[in-house]
Amino acid sequence: MSIEVKKISYIYMPKSPYERLALDDVAITIPEGKITAIAGHTGSGKSTLIQHLNGLISPSQGCVLVDGVDISGKGKEAREARRSVGMVFQYPEHQLFEETVEQDIAFGPKNYGLTSEEVQERVRFAMDFVQLDYEEYSQRSPFQLSGGQMRRVAIAGVVALRPKYLVLDEPTAGLDPKGREELMQRILKLHRQEKNTIVLVSHSMDDIARFADNVVIMNRGRVLMEGTPREVFVREDFIRQAGLEVPQITNIVKALKSGGMDIPSDIYTMDEAVEAIVRAMRGKNRAGGAERC
Amino acid sequence: MAFIECMGLCHDYNAGMENEYRALDNVSLMVEKGEFVTILGTNGSGKSTLAKHFNALLQPTRGRCLVDGMDTADEARLWDIRSRVGMVFQNPDNQIIAAIVEDDIGFGPENIGMEPHEIRRRVTAALKAVNMEEFRHFAPHLLSGGQKQRVAIAGALAMNTECLVLDEPTAMLDPAGRREVIDTVCRLNREQGITVINITHFMEEAALSDRVIVMNRGSIMKEGSPEEIFQDIDGMRQLGLDVPVATELAYKLSRKGLQLDRAIINQEALVEALCRLK
Repeated sequence: MSIEVKKISYIYMPKSPYERLALDDVAITIPEGKITAIAGHTGSGKSTLIQHLNGLISPSQGCVLVDGVDISGKGKEAREARRSVGMVFQYPEHQLFEETVEQDIAFGPKNYGLTSEEVQERVRFAMDFVQLDYEEYSQRSPFQLSGGQMRRVAIAGVVALRPKYLVLDEPTAGLDPKGREELMQRILKLHRQEKNTIVLVSHSMDDIARFADNVVIMNRGRVLMEGTPREVFVREDFIRQAGLEVPQITNIVKALKSGGMDIPSDIYTMDEAVEAIVRAMRGKNRAGGAERC
Repeated sequence: MAFIECMGLCHDYNAGMENEYRALDNVSLMVEKGEFVTILGTNGSGKSTLAKHFNALLQPTRGRCLVDGMDTADEARLWDIRSRVGMVFQNPDNQIIAAIVEDDIGFGPENIGMEPHEIRRRVTAALKAVNMEEFRHFAPHLLSGGQKQRVAIAGALAMNTECLVLDEPTAMLDPAGRREVIDTVCRLNREQGITVINITHFMEEAALSDRVIVMNRGSIMKEGSPEEIFQDIDGMRQLGLDVPVATELAYKLSRKGLQLDRAIINQEALVEALCRLK
């Protein structure tokens, strides 16, 4: 099963002077059990696209199928399908509203009609996921936490719903390096443990290279490219056209190559680079020192 | 005398209340005119609180902060201080106030009663300095994130600011926007001698500066050139920070037996060092 976005278009403020085509004939498939990254410049339509995935906005044309069910329907089946997609927005900490951390995280599960025991269990599960100690934090006001902690509470609120499809819009924006790495590792752990599907909007090509199975590159409301990170990064011209950049490590390797090092240019992660450079340097030694480089 | 001087600066939030919290603890630092300084630190380490003292948005609970010799606690000098030190914040949408780019940039000068022709001259110069001349009559909400941040910078320049304090100006931008803003800031520092204090979580931005200040739990942990600071990879990681990709790569290669200088902080230095190896 999967999420299928079938040729959707979306027009902002139709028939007004501000009318704008935000999505133009977008067709993608988000395969179940994988991590799919969506990248693109500001205003490329990424956020508009993901808001279609659980029916927050409805396409002007086309439709979205979640596990084969058209989510625009009014029936129970369509509602269930929409609910299987959990959404973490950009800067989700701006949406905290309850008096305690526990209440805030419990809001979603409660609304889904779970029993109070189940809700409790979900809250503990979600807090454990974001590494907030239940005893220490559950009764505190979310508004007196640090920015990074608030972000984690907000993410916990969605994780507590145990969505089959978890969509995260730039979840690490504004976090410090440690916070970024920890959150990405937690998302990866959850993905492996729950076997859920992750949709990740990200500007970090380094993260995409490390974590994503598939990438969708958006540009001006259209899908510019789709494929594995490897397939996509090879088209550096397209990446730049979309206002993005290849991973930094790739740029370093390319600079080494143009400096004369005998090294492949399709290297996208730190580990690959280390291995390739060590191999190239050994080769150079065998060849009797640096002749060009 | 340095352009900005902080002496024994402390800042307590909610002073005297149950949830009193010391955000800055005895911070002393100097920033010279024309310097490009980066402040690193994890979320909650006090970076933004410190930055807000530089143009008197916050007052020290204890200690002093001097800008160009003026005490930020001296209310009579508030406008002088704020025209010398301009702030740019993280979210570009929160700092634009007018419906047209040129009005936004001219807002500050107009507010202090400047002559209209002088306002126009300043707006033109500021737009040129951030490479946004063609957007003079645009509505700001139609600009990209990087362009909005450059408008915010131009707004400070129109006040003849001598120092830009940027609080994570690129955190919300896409890669192209990030590059635009950082290139602009570097150029203003280099060509116009504008003092720059950049708060960031991007180590590559820190590598471009003259000096790096590392904050931890409200105090300055260390201070030095980017080369000095990024040499201590383990120390930076322990503080929840990182090093540039080139530094990490050099470190990993040296552990594999390649003889590399650990003070590599950018791509150029790494390529050069590897090419020198025999």
